[in-house]
Amino acid sequence: MEKFLYRRKVSDALNSLSSKKTPKYATYLAAIIIFLALILLPPILGILTKFDAMQQAFNQPVLVNRALGAVTNSFIIALVVSLLDVLAGVPLAWLITRGKSKWLNILDTLADVPFVVPTAALGYSLLLFWNGPQGISALFGGSLISPGWLLIALLHFTFSFPIVVRVMVGALLDYKMEFERASRTLGAAPFTAVRTVTFPILRPALIASYVLSFARSLSETGATFIVAGLFENGPVFLQNLRNEFSSGAIAQSTYEGVTVFTSIVLIAVSISIFALIRVFGPKLRLPIKGIWPGIERKLSYRKAATSRNNIALLIFFAIVLLPSLFVALPAFGAILDGTLAKSVSGSGVWGIYWQSLLLSYALAGIVTLLSFVIGLPMAIMIARKRFGAITSTVFDILVNIPLIVPSIALGVSLKFFWQNFAFVPEFLLLVFAHLAITYPYFVRSMSSAFERISLDMEEASRTLGAKPFGVFRTIMLPLTKYSILSGAIMVFTRSVSETGATLAVVTTLQTAPVVIVNWVKQVVPASPSEIGLGCGILILLSFAILLVLRLQTRGRGRY
Amino acid sequence: MPDVRVVNLIKKFGNISALDNVSLMVKDKEYFSLLGPSGCGKTTLLRLIAGLIEPTSGEIYIGDKRVDDVPPEDREIGFVFQTFALFPHLTVWDNVNYGPRVKNFDPKESGTVVAEVLEMVKLHERLDAYPNELSGGMMQRIAVARALAAGAKILLLDEPLGQLDAKVRNAIRYEIRKMAKDLNLTAIHVTHDQVEAMSISDRIAVMKKGKIMQVGTPQELYMEPNSLFVANFIGESNLLEGSVVDTSNGMVEIELRGGVKVKASGNGVTKGDRVIVVVRPEIFEVEPEGSQGENVLRGVVGKITFEGTFVRYVIKLESEDSAIVTKPSLAEKWFETGHRITLSFEPKKAHVFPYPLSGLAEEIAV
Repeated sequence: MEKFLYRRKVSDALNSLSSKKTPKYATYLAAIIIFLALILLPPILGILTKFDAMQQAFNQPVLVNRALGAVTNSFIIALVVSLLDVLAGVPLAWLITRGKSKWLNILDTLADVPFVVPTAALGYSLLLFWNGPQGISALFGGSLISPGWLLIALLHFTFSFPIVVRVMVGALLDYKMEFERASRTLGAAPFTAVRTVTFPILRPALIASYVLSFARSLSETGATFIVAGLFENGPVFLQNLRNEFSSGAIAQSTYEGVTVFTSIVLIAVSISIFALIRVFGPKLRLPIKGIWPGIERKLSYRKAATSRNNIALLIFFAIVLLPSLFVALPAFGAILDGTLAKSVSGSGVWGIYWQSLLLSYALAGIVTLLSFVIGLPMAIMIARKRFGAITSTVFDILVNIPLIVPSIALGVSLKFFWQNFAFVPEFLLLVFAHLAITYPYFVRSMSSAFERISLDMEEASRTLGAKPFGVFRTIMLPLTKYSILSGAIMVFTRSVSETGATLAVVTTLQTAPVVIVNWVKQVVPASPSEIGLGCGILILLSFAILLVLRLQTRGRGRY
Repeated sequence: MPDVRVVNLIKKFGNISALDNVSLMVKDKEYFSLLGPSGCGKTTLLRLIAGLIEPTSGEIYIGDKRVDDVPPEDREIGFVFQTFALFPHLTVWDNVNYGPRVKNFDPKESGTVVAEVLEMVKLHERLDAYPNELSGGMMQRIAVARALAAGAKILLLDEPLGQLDAKVRNAIRYEIRKMAKDLNLTAIHVTHDQVEAMSISDRIAVMKKGKIMQVGTPQELYMEPNSLFVANFIGESNLLEGSVVDTSNGMVEIELRGGVKVKASGNGVTKGDRVIVVVRPEIFEVEPEGSQGENVLRGVVGKITFEGTFVRYVIKLESEDSAIVTKPSLAEKWFETGHRITLSFEPKKAHVFPYPLSGLAEEIAV
């Protein structure tokens, strides 16, 4: 009873506060200030403070050429791989949403697997699968694909694939089937109907899935580094540069100068590409003028549809799922050869491993909580245009900037900024870095969730007597509960698998992906079965957490 | 030519039976309505005819051809959706020209056809507009024009007027019928609005819970309903409860509650049966108290409502039932609340039905 009264008092107080202008705007303002001070400005200022050092870079033509070559590689791989991802992911999303088999639920969950595998483990898994003597190469008597650009392309294809599937499944579920049915009754074969009606209407989702997978490909570091071999793309080059500096091969000024130069080029090019997509994306017309009834009819029915489904499934299993989980094989071996016992006892390399695991999950938990606290007001502000349409659009763009900045460049510039404040502990630095990377995911998914709630709901609640905070608590929050949860899942998994920015900001602390990268690169000597088990445990834990959250949200996300 | 026939059609969604063994024949060039409360299966039947969903069992014919396995695009139908489903990324012209394009018609010829149908729906001046720039009425007419331009022989309309306001709805429903008739199309029109169905249809099928209750012209359904449900759903009816005293040659004598005896037409009931007598409000003759004769009920005038063309009286009968009576408002004399009056009706204009086993409320529930 007392507790109830207390809660009642708190909610009354919040209600009356929320109906006054000042506290309401203070909340939004605080969210904006925190966003600017912690997320947007530090990386920009960090680069600016080292701007002078960049002059140094131009005295090193060899390094500059290496940098430009690496950045070019990054963009070529990202542009091409994302296109392939969309081409391969859409048919699978189609099968998941439109197929009739009861197995599709399982397929839907399986499509998320590469999502939960921390990228460092994913990289190692792909390396084993495509290159290692136990993998697919065994069939060909040697290593099928050696580390290099092809393996990087395969890797990026694998981890971007679930993004495309997730976005397209969502879009296809929201899509009003009536349009497609109308097209059929007007005489279009299914293939024609989809090409001329469904996809043009779903164009924003197609663009979004391309952009997301492009951004992901551009900024991924940990896994790419593992499979790169001698090949360099932007993030790998930055990491190599750092290692060369650590080993004393190059001077600090050279290191800083070339790093800033590379980061600026990466950021500038990716911002221009995203600006171009933003401007020209909506104007892009899918080719629907030509219609070939005969051919499209053949493509519509059973044989063609079955082979399309089979190809989609084959690509998914052979190129995405199997290579992602291949690392589990040595993990099973590790159970038998005593590595497991060694790991549980915490001897050898395992002491640091368990610590890093703890650090990774604690970090992810804190980052998720902070994202929620500072991201929610921002999401509402953007969705409900609290400070007018223009402010809302501006922040919508600003919030997304960390998404398109390659994470290693982000980490490097953050490091440059915060090292001016020596009193900031390294752990806090890690929190800031992860917050900057994950914040856009949360705000993005939440603002679109709020946009989906019709304003009528809010207004109805107000006319029935609810104060603004009451509206938020009784209407907005319950209706977006599952979006919040899925946003939190994204933040959490992204934080656990983050490698690029982490490598850039840490000197002593080691998160789980950092440990794995060190093992694979033999910076710390570890046996194959130890690496396998290390990856296996990480995957298993992440998968378990995701599964629990997913069971919580299952089937209740839609109203 | 395209008459539409369905035979023993069954459609189940999981355990729910949406259509329960329905057979129906829609004649060539007929304007036919499927009428019933929501959830009666009328839209399901329409979608089955269109091929948008597949039957659990049964047969569907268009003309002489069985079309169960024919995909919707090959059924030569035009479907008008309740939400119109105009393609948001295409202009008015491209929407209407969509059918001819995907069917690979000769572009020159189809251009003429598209221009013609757009002129017919009076939207030939908005060719470059996108659907979101049009009013509800315009969108509706584009939806019909689009179905026509695709060369449909059969027009299937799923609550085509449901999203429009009353005035526009009344105007457009006659336009649609006229177009269908002018173009010699067979039209099947789904609606839950009995006034709409009565005013535009050649024939109507009244549906309830996945079954067809009665098929007939609007007059037949109104004058000769074959069930309590149809009598109550079409138009307005007074339902008086009683039991059968005598039957002869299709005439039944019933003792109502309160002991009054009346006669009405009816079959399939025998002496002692519990029954319902259905009397339309406008067939009552109203006289001041004291009139004698057959089929007379006594009562007191209660509430009076002026409805423009008609005046509606609620009469409290001696049997504790109440009866609704409508009279033209220009009638010679009006009654006032509290007047004692007598009601009478012609036996052959009233109908007797057995009292429903499932209860009266359940039987007439919509």
